[in-house]
Amino acid sequence: MAELTYRDAVARGIAQEMARDPDVVFLGEDVAKAGGVFKATVGLLEQFGPLRVRDTPISEQAILGAAMGAAMTGLKPIAEIMFSDFFAVCFDYIANEFGKSRYMTNGQVKCPLVVRTGNGAGSRFGAQHSQSVENWCMMIPGLKVVAPSTPRDVIGLLAAAVRDPDPVIFFEHKSLYPTKGEVPDGEIVDTLGTAKIVRGGGDATILALALMVPRAVQAADKLKAEHGIDCEVVDVRSLVPLDTQTILGSVARTHRLFTVEENPRLCGWGAEIVSIVADEAFYDLDGPPVRITTPHIPLPAADILEDLALPSVERIAERVRRSLAS
Amino acid sequence: MAKTATHAPAEHPGINDDIGEELRLRLYRTQFKLREAEQRAFDLFLQNLVKGTSHLSLGQEAVAAGFAVAMQPGDLSFCTYRGHAHTLARGVPIEQVLGELMQRDNGLMRGKGGSMHLTSVERGVMGSYAIVGAHLPIACGAAWRAQYKGQKDVSVCFFGDGTTNIGAFHEALNFAAVWKLPVIFVCENNFYMEYTPISEVTAVAHPAADRAAAYGLERIVIDGNDADVVYRTASSAYQKARAGLGPSLIECLTYRHSGHSRADPAKYRPDGELEKWKERDPIKIYRERLRQFGIGEDAIRAIETDVKRRVDAATETCKAAPPPALDILTTDVYADGGFAWRN
Repeated sequence: MAELTYRDAVARGIAQEMARDPDVVFLGEDVAKAGGVFKATVGLLEQFGPLRVRDTPISEQAILGAAMGAAMTGLKPIAEIMFSDFFAVCFDYIANEFGKSRYMTNGQVKCPLVVRTGNGAGSRFGAQHSQSVENWCMMIPGLKVVAPSTPRDVIGLLAAAVRDPDPVIFFEHKSLYPTKGEVPDGEIVDTLGTAKIVRGGGDATILALALMVPRAVQAADKLKAEHGIDCEVVDVRSLVPLDTQTILGSVARTHRLFTVEENPRLCGWGAEIVSIVADEAFYDLDGPPVRITTPHIPLPAADILEDLALPSVERIAERVRRSLAS
Repeated sequence: MAKTATHAPAEHPGINDDIGEELRLRLYRTQFKLREAEQRAFDLFLQNLVKGTSHLSLGQEAVAAGFAVAMQPGDLSFCTYRGHAHTLARGVPIEQVLGELMQRDNGLMRGKGGSMHLTSVERGVMGSYAIVGAHLPIACGAAWRAQYKGQKDVSVCFFGDGTTNIGAFHEALNFAAVWKLPVIFVCENNFYMEYTPISEVTAVAHPAADRAAAYGLERIVIDGNDADVVYRTASSAYQKARAGLGPSLIECLTYRHSGHSRADPAKYRPDGELEKWKERDPIKIYRERLRQFGIGEDAIRAIETDVKRRVDAATETCKAAPPPALDILTTDVYADGGFAWRN
């Protein structure tokens, strides 16, 4: 067991898979010699050499297209798109190619690849380098979508993603890179499509993803300390496949549902989950489900504005308290 | 004759006097098969038996045949929505292609892909892509795999003149050149994007070849209606790729006899342009070539009769084939065979 940063967990996770399987290759902008703009891939070039760890031009379409061509013909590529906002310049591959190829070729074409990307706010970078776009990918048939919140999950879910036969979009949260967590020694392999109850409680279920997980946990602690409200916090971890059983099970125990989402409000991932719960667990609920989200705005650069936009510990706690009191 | 559609330059000698009769007959048979199958697809469309859209390669057969015949087994083709010819040229059975166009269960993808997505991994046809330019980077990736694994196959990517103005074209060319990938980019310049002449919207006269220098590549423009020229150019590009000397960009001048898609009667073409190009019909050129090499009329007729018989038989097979089984609606979304996104 060792303490590791989320950032170092990325490199360890990639290294674990590259050491295991020579078909795993890694490409992206500034990922090799520079070790990544977030320093999340430091040391991989030295360990695995320039044939397997490759710097690319600033050509997001070429990066994702090449990853797909390599995947279709036998490699297991990991591609990095530096900021998830840049998905918009290569969205054809995400929306039209990766997930549709197997279906429209009646199963002939396989696309086992992973796209890693830096997602989310907190760096004061402004609207084009800060957005949480996991909901852009969640809606596309054929893709799997993962967003870890801890160093251990980074390694385990990345390993699962690399070993998965389907295309996986892997959202790393930029503000989590410096955070630390305990990580066991040796190989770690997790399972896609499994949510995790990270804090038990009987009064309400709070679902969260990535950076919102530690905030939800802190909010739950605050609610317990200040109001005696005991919330269960579920780290959704995987939007596709979605572990609805864990979510529905929690709601059946607590009878209240809150989602904490960093994505802008419209069509955020919580909307789909609320709809599932309304469909399948309506009579388990003692009150209306509540979505706590970033407003439907582009993100501002100024720290006080960005902080105001994202669900904060205080906002989460206050919203839950108010709902349970009414 | 519109200036938008000048004939190919005569600088390339057209005749392969060293390829031997067997290859020469294969080149003719392949072109004739593409012509007959495409013509049949059009006829079946008029009978409402081909549904959806279709983009024919009538008039462009020499490009598909020349590149396919020069390929080795294991080489990979990446096509556009105008991909019937390239798919057939790799030896995919005619009934599987027509069956897909006719949305039958015997189709190449059992009706799940349609005309614009013909794919036969078994035959090296790694897909037909309907988003302009998307497959150039994908072909780079397949070539990267060959380079990484030390495999000798070459990836060949076919696209139209309109593709040369989209970003993915430029990203892929630079990427392939920098990584020295064994990939060949083949621009079929038929002088029209969809309806608009390519010359009206492009800064250079040769939309592909005039961009080659920007990526350190040789400027190559060839007569795409002469299968011998195509075959010879293709062969040297394959050789270069297999030798680890990197990508090629080849602009083939050709002309589509029909409109862009089945919805397009091609009324935008100047009077007489089509007729002028039909004088340089690739089938006609190659038939004369066979005669020059002393191949008898009977031998040529025998090929033509055999191809027509095969196209007829394929048509009948498809007409008799059932539509796809309904239970395939939700199969093969994910690798487990199904479409489950939740538990």
